[in-house]
Amino acid sequence: MAEPQLVLYEEEHGHIQVVIDKLALEASAKAVFLVDKNGQLVAETGELRGIDTTSLASLTAGNIAATGGLAKIIGEEEFPTHFHQGDRDNLHITLIARRIILVIVFENDKSSLGLVRLRVKKASSELAHIFEEMQKKAEAAAASGADSPFAEITDDDIDNLFSD
Amino acid sequence: MSFINYSSREINCKIVYYGPGLCGKTTNLQYIYNKTNPDLKGKMISLATETERTLFFDFLPLALGEIRGFKTRFHLYTVPGQVFYDASRKLILKGVDGVVFVADSQIERMEANIESIENLRANLQEQGFDLDKIPYVVQYNKRDLPNAAPLDEMKRLLNPSNVPDFEACAHEGKGVFETLKATAKGVLTDLKSLGGR
Repeated sequence: MAEPQLVLYEEEHGHIQVVIDKLALEASAKAVFLVDKNGQLVAETGELRGIDTTSLASLTAGNIAATGGLAKIIGEEEFPTHFHQGDRDNLHITLIARRIILVIVFENDKSSLGLVRLRVKKASSELAHIFEEMQKKAEAAAASGADSPFAEITDDDIDNLFSD
Repeated sequence: MSFINYSSREINCKIVYYGPGLCGKTTNLQYIYNKTNPDLKGKMISLATETERTLFFDFLPLALGEIRGFKTRFHLYTVPGQVFYDASRKLILKGVDGVVFVADSQIERMEANIESIENLRANLQEQGFDLDKIPYVVQYNKRDLPNAAPLDEMKRLLNPSNVPDFEACAHEGKGVFETLKATAKGVLTDLKSLGGR
């Protein structure tokens, strides 16, 4: 298959949450999201009221995919950082470890691009390390043939989902 | 690839609706959106042109229920069908877990159907997938039109490997949920055979 499945265990989720909570605080951000390149929301923090996080994740991944395609056309591997400026709110998007997208929403009157960039730099390396560990753990679990709850899914379980 | 989150106990999977321009991919998603309980669906996003042709993708998140304590969520995407949007189609296939090929039954669209399936196979291959190995369902849409090709002929041309297939009239909903269910079932069965990896 194209790339290994993303598996997020509680332990790593806890580590990720600590990093993004701290990032949101230090960057004075409105919200911070981590999104898988395939459009799945991995973690979130901050003021989330009224934000459609599922759509945000999908569109962010689409955006990264499209600009990644543009990068290749002009001979770049990727555009790892994006900044979208609004009247009130801004989006800062960074690609981490080529697989995870860090999205920061910040307001003009509470933070600045410089501050966000500074804080993102440190958080990115911490997050990259966590995702490397996650990848190793998933590969080790795959190699050892460790039990997964999904190995035991029965046809009945699947049929029950569609029973109505 | 599917995303398993042990922290929130969720499985997220991606299904892509593929097919030639104007075959009814977006119509499938719109019907699913209109007929699904609001608690089970998110917002449907359509990145379309002013003439309502899909420009990049449509997106519809759906929750199906729980399996073994894990919430199963499906993210449905369509690709832009028009030939010149091939670069966008490739991007949307990234990380796909299951594919629906929506064929246009009109006899004059048969060549476009064949070309689109060949394009699907090539684009999947580029992403490291094999159409013969991933969960895959074929839908013969627009069966209600007078110029629809005979079903046997469509099966012979578009589904030689005999994957699950369904007749449909997507605008009135016929065959839409049958197609989705068969694909979702294929994806979950695949997840089971992979042992969750």
